[in-house]
Amino acid sequence: MTKKRPQYFLYHILVGGFAVLLLYPVIWLFVSSFKESGDIFITAGSLIPNPFTLLNYAQGWEGFGGYGFGTFIKNTIVFVIWMLLGHLISCSLIAFGFARLKFVGRGFWFMIMLVTLMLPYEVVMIPQYIIFSELGWLNSLKPLVVPAFFGHPFFIFLLVQFIRTIPRELDEAATIDGANTFQIFYKVILPLIVPALATTAIFTFYWTWDNLLGPVLYLNSPEKYTVSMALNMFLSNETVSNWGAMFAMSIVTLVPVFVIFFIFQRYVVEGISTTGLKG
Amino acid sequence: MSSRLRSNLWGYLFIGPFIIGFLAFTITPMLASLYFSFTEYGLFDAPKWIGFENYIKMFTEDPRYINSLKVTIIYVFAGVPLRLAFALLVAMLLNVGSRAVGWYRTLYYLPSLIGGSVAVAIMWRNIFGDDGIVNIALKSMGIDSIRWFGEPTAALWMLIFLSIWQFGSSMLIFLAGLKSIPASFYEAASVDGANFIQKFFRITLPMLSPVLLFNIIMQTISAFMTFVPAFIISKGTGGPLDGTLLYSLYLFKQGFEYFNMGYASAMAWVMLLIVAILTGIIFLTSKYWVHYESEGK
Repeated sequence: MTKKRPQYFLYHILVGGFAVLLLYPVIWLFVSSFKESGDIFITAGSLIPNPFTLLNYAQGWEGFGGYGFGTFIKNTIVFVIWMLLGHLISCSLIAFGFARLKFVGRGFWFMIMLVTLMLPYEVVMIPQYIIFSELGWLNSLKPLVVPAFFGHPFFIFLLVQFIRTIPRELDEAATIDGANTFQIFYKVILPLIVPALATTAIFTFYWTWDNLLGPVLYLNSPEKYTVSMALNMFLSNETVSNWGAMFAMSIVTLVPVFVIFFIFQRYVVEGISTTGLKG
Repeated sequence: MSSRLRSNLWGYLFIGPFIIGFLAFTITPMLASLYFSFTEYGLFDAPKWIGFENYIKMFTEDPRYINSLKVTIIYVFAGVPLRLAFALLVAMLLNVGSRAVGWYRTLYYLPSLIGGSVAVAIMWRNIFGDDGIVNIALKSMGIDSIRWFGEPTAALWMLIFLSIWQFGSSMLIFLAGLKSIPASFYEAASVDGANFIQKFFRITLPMLSPVLLFNIIMQTISAFMTFVPAFIISKGTGGPLDGTLLYSLYLFKQGFEYFNMGYASAMAWVMLLIVAILTGIIFLTSKYWVHYESEGK
């Protein structure tokens, strides 16, 4: 695009300025977390913490109920690892089946899968809760992570689309070399779908890290809380004095999300642009 | 073993987890919830069959339900179109050859990235506080500050703004769509003397319509199910005066605060029906406004 200088300048003022405006609340949250709790709303218009303090971080890190914020982070990491294992294993197997194998009823099951993609969780929420409580799984991660081992329609769909772009000649060559179906999956397809698996892993991380409804339903003792649940409890106990600590821990929970995004930006952007995954 | 039997066996071996999961975690709970929706079912007693009573009560005796439906409809039908319009506008602004676009794209995407988190809901709650930066900005422009938590409509708009703020992922999808429109289309239109607005309505919008359809459907469904921001921003109450009592939040409260499991199940089925009808309408009308290139002219 050929542009005259003033126009070019104006474009950047407009687009860049708007970006700053959009991100201003996040910047404000970040800066406020370094202000003294009592000052946050008195000096809300200023972006310079004066005096600068790390006290909010120290206080927030102490957590509540006798459990430090470190415990909540550890719990969330365990939650994320189980979800990753579940989604990566199950979705790659299922997607290979749909994309490569011929069997009676394939079209039917594929359609069922696409329909479940649009199913509101609310429709299964209450009976699931009853089933899991009958199984004695309440106040544990099991109700949240066990279903992950049976696939997630979004990621299955993403992987199916990806596998379909891999030439079938590769499978045929492997068959001639004597590979069975599982070996084709494991040795031929799996190494080639790593980018799509990366997208699956990243979005599994985001959704698990942010998941609030699941922990609200199933976790009820502080020692098992995830970070989103812990922040929710911070808010419920909100008093005038601990805004700062709450802001500080909010920032702490956002940092991993930003870090993962900046490392794996390419997969995130591609995942969204090609499948419409919601970030 | 015949090769057909073998290939069926392999197929079901691979998709087996999906089928088991579907039976155990989707279809069984769905049928159970359909049954519960026709019962009175508290926490401690067995479900008692009451026919359509829950459904009738919802629309005749429960003003909070009607209100939550109204609030959700405003949230969806104001939030989704505004968010998509915003996403399209910004995508078009960014669809230029500038080197800085990669950076802008990242910056505009960030709100979407973190938007679903509790941290952002807490942030939103505080910037809209009485002494928050939104009111400071309004005052500096000479507008009276608004008590966002004092008035149901203002509180609902606070939620809608949060949803619009997260236009980034739709913007990325639109940007990918815009890049796939051949530049020659616009050049030909310029030669014919088309202006900017004509180009937008005759080229951009039709070429983008399949992507638009997909986005409208998915975002309408997910907007209908919004839970976290309403739950956090109102501290689980749906207040003020039920102004932010979105459908999901009211359903959650009926099920897990008041333990009306039967009633909550009935609410879930009405929600499913609404989502299905909306999706159906969008699909059926799509042939009038969605343009697929392969159709030819």
